[in-house]
Amino acid sequence: MSQELSVSVWRSETNAFQEFAVPAQDNQTILDVVSWIQANSDPTLSYRFACRVGMCGSCAMMVNGEPRWTCRTHVKKVLKSNSLQIAPLRNLPVVKDLATDMEPFFDKWVEAKGVFQGTKTRHDAIEPILPDTAERVAASTAIECINCAVCYAACDSVSGNADYLGPAALNRAWSLVNDVRDGAYEERIEAVSGTGGCHNCHSQGGCAKYCPNDLNPSASIAGLKRKTTRNWFGWGRS
Amino acid sequence: MLTTRLYMLQRLTALIMAPLVLGHLAVMIYAVQGGLDAAEILGRTQGSVLWMLFYGAFVAAVATHAAIGVRVVAFETFGLSKSVLTPLTWLIFILLLSLGLRAVYAVTLSGVLG
Ligand code: SF4
Ligand code: SF4
Ligand code: FES
Repeated sequence: MSQELSVSVWRSETNAFQEFAVPAQDNQTILDVVSWIQANSDPTLSYRFACRVGMCGSCAMMVNGEPRWTCRTHVKKVLKSNSLQIAPLRNLPVVKDLATDMEPFFDKWVEAKGVFQGTKTRHDAIEPILPDTAERVAASTAIECINCAVCYAACDSVSGNADYLGPAALNRAWSLVNDVRDGAYEERIEAVSGTGGCHNCHSQGGCAKYCPNDLNPSASIAGLKRKTTRNWFGWGRS
Repeated sequence: MLTTRLYMLQRLTALIMAPLVLGHLAVMIYAVQGGLDAAEILGRTQGSVLWMLFYGAFVAAVATHAAIGVRVVAFETFGLSKSVLTPLTWLIFILLLSLGLRAVYAVTLSGVLG
């Protein structure tokens, strides 16, 4: 690896990429590169991160045209002829430079009824959920989401349909329709059946390809399509 | 821009079309191999309720399926609003249905009625 990386970074003020030279290190993440620029070249550069260990989901950006969690993406893995292009996450409004406004993304979680609706009170006994039941196994495939919106940025259906709830919110809905303790099954099926619902997914799996936690929202959405079909025929829950 | 209802309509018409497409291909290959000419084909289809139902169902399924498909493409490509999309979907449906039914009429009924 040569001594310096050429990095072009999206700047919202000029609506253009700005070039920076950043010292190369043996071990260096994309977030390290962005932080170096902000600390050493241009303190006005705006971006977002919190945990730096792949937990919080706040640091995602487009790197060489692909959505990545920048705190856990090694430069070596994505470097193309010694250069990097770093831009704000696709499919979301930009607040400034590399920081996007994630509100539409989270609004859609709420729209997809992503909030657990408990049916018991604190006075009831805790309901045991056996790990090998079909519902628990299905829910387990979807629960490790860190809300990073990488899948949302990768999704062409989101670009084409502003109402589309998107892979992450639908993936969340899938974990909840499989939660036997949840009491809002019908409402959730209704919520994922509208003009922005699960039926607008083209099942090409861009979300699954890019999800940094190896989740497969595309498969969750296929599950929702099956559930909504059963519901349409009046065949009951599973 | 697909709701469960449109999605189901498109999937169900696909289910209907699958065996009909195979049947249609088989008939075409049979007609070509056997060297049937137009008059011989019409001789078999005219007045046949079976062929009328076969191709009538085919046309209805195609018109529904294609109209919904074009609706999705038109929406995602041109960002048309719902007030444009719904008439467009119906227009494509009616166009395909009327062209198709006219052909079905020509091969199964025209000789009998006219
Ligand atoms: S599979 Fe569906 S949700 Fe995933 S990227 Fe493609 S259209 Fe979007
Ligand atoms: S499903 Fe994966 S890519 Fe999408 S928000 Fe969750 S962790 Fe991120
Ligand atoms: S900073 Fe938390 S996931 Fe990257």
